[in-house]
Amino acid sequence: MTVMFEIGLSHYLTVAAILFTLGVVGIFLNRKNVIIIMMSIELILLAVNLNLVAFSSVLHDLVGQVLAMFVLTVAAAEAAIGLAIIVVFFRSRGTIAVEDISQLKG
Amino acid sequence: MSTALIFYLFAGLTVASGAMVVSARNPVHSVLWLILCFFNTAGLFLLLGAEFLAMVLVIVYVGAVAVLFLFVVMMLDVNRAELRAGFLHYLPLGGLVGAVLLGELVAVAFAWSPSESSEALTRAPLPDPLKVTNTQALGHLLYTDYVFLFQTAGLILLVAMIGAILLTHRRRSGVRRQSIADQVERTPRSVELRKVQSGRGL
Repeated sequence: MTVMFEIGLSHYLTVAAILFTLGVVGIFLNRKNVIIIMMSIELILLAVNLNLVAFSSVLHDLVGQVLAMFVLTVAAAEAAIGLAIIVVFFRSRGTIAVEDISQLKG
Repeated sequence: MSTALIFYLFAGLTVASGAMVVSARNPVHSVLWLILCFFNTAGLFLLLGAEFLAMVLVIVYVGAVAVLFLFVVMMLDVNRAELRAGFLHYLPLGGLVGAVLLGELVAVAFAWSPSESSEALTRAPLPDPLKVTNTQALGHLLYTDYVFLFQTAGLILLVAMIGAILLTHRRRSGVRRQSIADQVERTPRSVELRKVQSGRGL
């Protein structure tokens, strides 16, 4: 029972691991809807951030939080660019199904 | 005890809403579950003492990224049934990969322990939270040791902004708009004067 009620690093790592796995499984399950795939990627990056912050808090090192902020920045930039590409693709093709994007191959 | 209960509340809601993100039928509902997931992760960050990142998560992720997703999902008129086809078809493989990955990650999480030399490797020790706030400490570190990385992050955001505008901007045909370059390069010879009858127009 003490393991249940004394919250340590492993608990946070487990939550992050579950979140990460949900993101990966989400990519597998929603292979056609590219917007849900991008949301799954956001979940994965969130899990990474949770890991960084948990380690930063347990090891008493602030660098982890700095790194988490940079991950956040890159995630925001990636979401903006990705969604812009989806909008442009939808305008020209009228669909966002991943299978139809194969013509992008050089 | 109460900390544990709050942790389980936030963690449970995070995991549950994360599961709903990937399994919701309607993409709009997915985005709303994603927002709930971000909120609860911000709560976990608060429990870990990272107040600034918790607030940044709420402001940037919920306020900007999730709303951006919501706009795009609502703007694109996608055929939901077609896009969901194959969901159950991929479930066995996805579930298997997920189970293996989760097992490995949890095994690592519980087998892990810090090495004895990790104390000496600390780059920026956490200050006493009663004297220096998390935001102050983070800002101090960000504007001194990591100022170049910070600038690069700003540059990345600038490039993303320009890229997104460039990608989605389009010129509509059939819309009259002012072209300053055309107006400026006009010469007296290119101007034609006409007598306009009143009430008729050209």
